[in-house]
Amino acid sequence: MRVGDGNDELVSPPVGAVAPRRLTHLQRLEAESIHIFREAVAESENPVMLYSIGKDSSVMLHLARKAFHPSIPPFPLLHVDTTWKFRAMYEFRDKVATELGMQLLVHQNPECLEQRINPFTHGSAVHTHMWKTEGLKQALDLHRFDVAFGGARRDEEKSRSKERIFSLRSAGHRWNPKLQRPELWRLYNVRRSQGETIRVFPLSNWTELGVWQYIYLEEIPVVPLYFAEERPVVERNGTLIMVDDERMPLEPGERPVERRIRFRTLGCYPLTGAIESEADTVQKIVQEMLLATTSERQGRVIDFDSSGSMEKKKQEGYF
Amino acid sequence: MTLARDERIASDIGAYLDARERTSLLRFITCGSVDDGKSTLIGRLLYESQLVFEDHLAALEADSKRIGTQGGDLDFALLVDGLAAEREQGITIDVAHRFFTTEKRKFIVADTPGHEQYTRNMVTGASTADLAVILVDARKGVLTQTRRHSYLVSLLGIRKVVVAVNKLDLVGYSEDVFKRIESEYRAFAAEIRLTDIVCIPVSALRGDNIVAASSETPWYRGPTLLGHLEAVEVEGEARDRPFRMPVQWVNRPDHDFRGYCGTIVGGTVRTGQPVQVLPSGHHSRIARITTYDGDLDEAVVDQSVTLVLEDELDVSRGDVLCDVDRASQVADQFEARVIWMHEREMLPGRPYLMKIGPMTVGATLSRPKYKVNVNTLEHLAATTLELNEIGVCSLRLDQAVPFDPYDENRDMGGFIIIDRFTNATLGAGLLNFALRRADSVQRQSMDVDKGARAVLNGHRPCAIWFTGLSGAGKSTISNLVEKRLHALGAHTYLLDGDNVRLGLNSDLGFTAADRVENIRRVAEVTKLMVDAGLIVLVSFISPFAAERRFARELLEVGEFCEVFVDAPLDVVEARDPKGLYRKRRRGELVNLTGVDSPYEVPEHPEIRIDTVNVDPSVAAEMVVDQLRVMDVLP
Repeated sequence: MRVGDGNDELVSPPVGAVAPRRLTHLQRLEAESIHIFREAVAESENPVMLYSIGKDSSVMLHLARKAFHPSIPPFPLLHVDTTWKFRAMYEFRDKVATELGMQLLVHQNPECLEQRINPFTHGSAVHTHMWKTEGLKQALDLHRFDVAFGGARRDEEKSRSKERIFSLRSAGHRWNPKLQRPELWRLYNVRRSQGETIRVFPLSNWTELGVWQYIYLEEIPVVPLYFAEERPVVERNGTLIMVDDERMPLEPGERPVERRIRFRTLGCYPLTGAIESEADTVQKIVQEMLLATTSERQGRVIDFDSSGSMEKKKQEGYF
Repeated sequence: MTLARDERIASDIGAYLDARERTSLLRFITCGSVDDGKSTLIGRLLYESQLVFEDHLAALEADSKRIGTQGGDLDFALLVDGLAAEREQGITIDVAHRFFTTEKRKFIVADTPGHEQYTRNMVTGASTADLAVILVDARKGVLTQTRRHSYLVSLLGIRKVVVAVNKLDLVGYSEDVFKRIESEYRAFAAEIRLTDIVCIPVSALRGDNIVAASSETPWYRGPTLLGHLEAVEVEGEARDRPFRMPVQWVNRPDHDFRGYCGTIVGGTVRTGQPVQVLPSGHHSRIARITTYDGDLDEAVVDQSVTLVLEDELDVSRGDVLCDVDRASQVADQFEARVIWMHEREMLPGRPYLMKIGPMTVGATLSRPKYKVNVNTLEHLAATTLELNEIGVCSLRLDQAVPFDPYDENRDMGGFIIIDRFTNATLGAGLLNFALRRADSVQRQSMDVDKGARAVLNGHRPCAIWFTGLSGAGKSTISNLVEKRLHALGAHTYLLDGDNVRLGLNSDLGFTAADRVENIRRVAEVTKLMVDAGLIVLVSFISPFAAERRFARELLEVGEFCEVFVDAPLDVVEARDPKGLYRKRRRGELVNLTGVDSPYEVPEHPEIRIDTVNVDPSVAAEMVVDQLRVMDVLP
């Protein structure tokens, strides 16, 4: 902070609350996200927000409320469910939707329900593809959404660093790298031809640290699983998996043990690695993260299926 | 430094977070090629700001040993590279965004890969940057590409430039070399209006003057690169500019509240402040500045707010709220700098869409006055703009919009050009100034109008637009249609491709650009004739869907009948009534539609005539029937 740099008297006298001498990084990111939300809503006919219940979704939802206040955000929330999320996530989801008075749509791929697709029998790749990628496409087609907000950030992964904020999907939801449009200034081309849809990422320029700082500052509620607590886990291939319900098949001799753990990212519980931690407040989480020595996505089993896997999933229509 | 930071985090995370929350954001672009050490520089900044985690670092060490160029030392370039592989996969990379953070600031780096498509990429990256870091290789000095990068930086309105004179270790940390490069650069930069320049001698590889002052350059007393990036002030200027807020969305949760949502793109706004609404010109005052966190007394540039006015005015998306004393201008014709970003060339006269702020309007561009050689800054003659070319054009809109010259306000003077069909973003532009010519041509409204003429004529006017390949049968069928209409007592006129090209359009050839202009003029003439009450038969190849649509949109609904005279290429080649296809085969002709110039088949014509199977007289009857269906004929 450069406070006393001599120019303060040039600022006009306070009327009441004084505008900041310059915006903080979080204020600038917040304003940018709000701008993105409003632009997408103004130029779409049937927008939706993909709500995954994680911390990024919580921040995205908070920003959407800011963008349209005093109106309620003029779109429903869509949860593409796999039936394998943590129980705490379902509780949190239903509570949030009720409290905000927003419509919550839950889509479960009927094919997956019928075939009982699960990560144990079918493997993480099939599980994710069928429930999430195919499920998302089904839901978007079913409701004819033309614009879908997603919480992806550019800092998450190398292949996302060059992703557009407004990402065009051709009919069939494919991401065609050659169709992507240059984005200049704050000008977004939201026009779509027949059958095309747009995924919009209001958090593109946020970072992992920024998201947590913002949660701290704005006191945004997140799923309790982010905070350390004693929970039953088993250790597999060096990854701590929480035994969240009785569907988890235990190997012979395998016994869940209570450990003090938390999660850096949330997804399907059999596919999400926990870390041992003492961080039970947002402050302590940030503290732990700043002192951390390994990158965040290590906890996510999905990235390790094959190399370039994120790129491939994106082309198929995954976020 | 790391340890001190970690101790503070460990001992009092609350205080640490409170301090960090107040840090500002700097967005900058890095310009230079891989050879200049750009990737190494960015990798070094990420590394020094502790954003490289152990697992990344382990991978980096392994990669450095395996494929690194630094003899087993850490190769920072590997942290940010990987673009080559992506290019092989056919992925269009324009800008990669990197993020790092220090105690004092957050940074977003727009990193544009070099070489091909450089102009498009750099322009995109520069459009959101507050500052540019231009890399110069100390061994090579100011090169052509340095000039090109600097020109683009200046074009996009970035005023703050850091010249990082890199690889100083390879010239023995010579002060003379540094000074020579600095003075050469400053002299050149002044020519392109770049004056706020800081030159820093660095070695990204060795870490000299990146974070800590180097002992190898005792003669240099300026800031380190990171030190400068942390301290440089970039926002003050925009806050002193006139207030501007384009309205994005009208917020009406109930009948009691009507707020205008938008991002402030210039200056400051306070409650009670008088404002003007453009383009309507209405005046009011700011009643409230509403946000989710409560009402504000004042808001500044870059904040997204919701403004409530004291008066009930009809304000909608695309309107601009601005200062009364220093208001924006409103115009529909401009001079603009245009940067073309698409493989399909810019076609003067083609109807495009333009988006400026939240407004999307119809736009046509003139033939460029000149284009700029970005390496030498020379002005060159041009008839069109190709991918990555920059030129100065006149721009005509179908309605007036509020604006400021780009050099005064990026958001109020920057625009993109959008294709009406594919909706692709084709180019970007910067408004220079309004052309006043439009003001003196007032549209005359007349008492005797189209409706009055239709009553006298006994039929409604319309255009019958025959399109198809040469030899498809357009002239034959349109002649028959005109004869029948004449016999029915209708007032007709036939505009034929060849006739018009001999007179009105004798200055035009057969390039894509000229074809567009040809049809534009014919469409305008058609519009006048339809206004005069005639049934106008237009018989033109008119190969492009965009121009046919333009012609359609010039007229009112129900006044346009598109007739696709369809015959396959082998059939028209065999017919060849004008001998064109034979000429083409002998090489005496180029740009023949259907052969080496494209023909875009109409998707939804009112009538499609299959001339292989349908007799011309039957076809003519089909057209006349259609006019009855459209209620043109009684």
